[in-house]
Amino acid sequence: MSVSFLIELTVLILAAFLGVEVISKVPTLLHTPLMSGTNAIHGIVIVGAIIVAGIPGQPIWLRIVTLAAVALATGNVVGGFVVTDRMLEMFKRRKPEPPAEADKPQ
Amino acid sequence: MTLPLASISRTDWISLAYIVTIVCFILALRFLSDPARARLGNSIGAFGMAVAIVATFFQPHLKNIASILIVMAVAAPIGAYAARAVKMTAMPQMVALFNGVGGGAAALISLADFHEAIAKSGAERLSLSSSIAVVLSAMIGSISFMGSLVAFAKLQELIGGRPITYPGQSVGNAALVAVLGGLGIAIIAGYEHLWALVVIILGSLAFGALFVLPIGGADMPVVIALLNAFTGVATALTGFVLHQNVLIVSGMLVGASGTLLTLMMARAMGRSVANVLFGAFGTLQVTAAEVEAAGGAVRPTTPEDVAVMLAYGQRVVIVPGYGLAVAQAQHAVRELATELEKKGVDVKYAIHPVAGRMPGHMNVLLAEANVPYDQLKEMDEINPAFDQTDVALVIGANDVTNPAARNDASSPIYGMPILNVDHAHNVVVLKRSMNPGFAGIDNPLFVDPKTVMLFGDAKASVEKLVAAVKQV
Repeated sequence: MSVSFLIELTVLILAAFLGVEVISKVPTLLHTPLMSGTNAIHGIVIVGAIIVAGIPGQPIWLRIVTLAAVALATGNVVGGFVVTDRMLEMFKRRKPEPPAEADKPQ
Repeated sequence: MTLPLASISRTDWISLAYIVTIVCFILALRFLSDPARARLGNSIGAFGMAVAIVATFFQPHLKNIASILIVMAVAAPIGAYAARAVKMTAMPQMVALFNGVGGGAAALISLADFHEAIAKSGAERLSLSSSIAVVLSAMIGSISFMGSLVAFAKLQELIGGRPITYPGQSVGNAALVAVLGGLGIAIIAGYEHLWALVVIILGSLAFGALFVLPIGGADMPVVIALLNAFTGVATALTGFVLHQNVLIVSGMLVGASGTLLTLMMARAMGRSVANVLFGAFGTLQVTAAEVEAAGGAVRPTTPEDVAVMLAYGQRVVIVPGYGLAVAQAQHAVRELATELEKKGVDVKYAIHPVAGRMPGHMNVLLAEANVPYDQLKEMDEINPAFDQTDVALVIGANDVTNPAARNDASSPIYGMPILNVDHAHNVVVLKRSMNPGFAGIDNPLFVDPKTVMLFGDAKASVEKLVAAVKQV
């Protein structure tokens, strides 16, 4: 096993523990937005997609495959963050609401 | 001693940018777990993502930049439009879809990288660790892609929400897993032919579909959370192949937090993950006739009768379910609550942990309709109060109110925590028809002597109730 592999494996294990720690106390209220947020974060796969799509001299079919990977990953990133923001927008808007509510015409 | 900037190479700068990304993602997850800072967290995550994407374009030897940018420029607005246009009710399946495409990307990356590696010779060929990572990311990414598409189709009701089973299912799945495992081991052992990986991808796609099809629609949130974790792991694995720490860390963060989230969701539903995945809700089906034989018939009622019952009650608990969401009735429900409060009725909302289609989904929908947050009561808080409740108004909720979960050990949902709606003095159920709920199980609550049924579209029914309450 190479040194770089062992370092990468160390990083993987530490990230696994960190992932559990960082969200350990999340209210049920936020389960759906949090799932959506983590969904957006694994859109980082776009970095890999860009790298493989940037390899020179690929045959046509592989060019299509790698550009398709870029397209899918882009959808993951953009859609993921926008959907999460839309969900969270709902929670945000309520804050200034209660005082205004009393004198709101029905 | 000063550090000469010139000693930092271009790849160093890129790596430093990726570290910024990793820090942003960790902060994003931390903030997303806190209601007050969640939205900020999402923005920090998006910023970190932008940093990573820009940095990647500075990677040395990167070619075809124009075509990559064109593809991104086309795909980004489509993703944004889909995310903007989708109704709040359809959010869960949208998350499934965006998750699936990420998994698909990971599988395609492993295919491209495998092709690249086997074309080389000598030391540059695949190392053992890389070949393991290629095989696993191809498998997991493909399963996540196809599984998510099936979950999407189920939630979008393109295919039935009921579990789909077929004879010889477990034998077929086991055979498929054996073939995939065998091919994977062959590749890792040095059989580096492209077709083998293509077959693994196709077989894993099939497995992804077979894996999700037998799971009932009501369990889809748990499945989506799990597939989300899968995509994270597949992403981390592509990081091993491409030697990019940013992929390893970010992917594994999602893999780990997604797994924890899956366990939390399953716990909220009172089921174990293994039970959700493999214990396909039994095919036990009770027909309406059998229900009638067992406990009498349902009693339909009119909006006017219900309005009187509500307006002269002291404590009303509204139990919203997915039917409310589908009918977009959340605004009408809020109006009804406002009218009742004017008449001095105490109104609360009972939110089951999995009301809607995902934990927290109903909170989002009601927040959209400006329902005051302090009226939303979680299950453990509201359950003891049902005994003093005059009317429980069940709007499009079914399985989460099913007393069989508490009383009937033979019921497929036995043991699932439910809202004790049947403890209220009167129960009014708003329902489109007598079809069983999403899990496909009949509900004895509907034939309870305390229960009356108001049939029709939830939004139309609630609007009629609002008009009728104003008349009282």
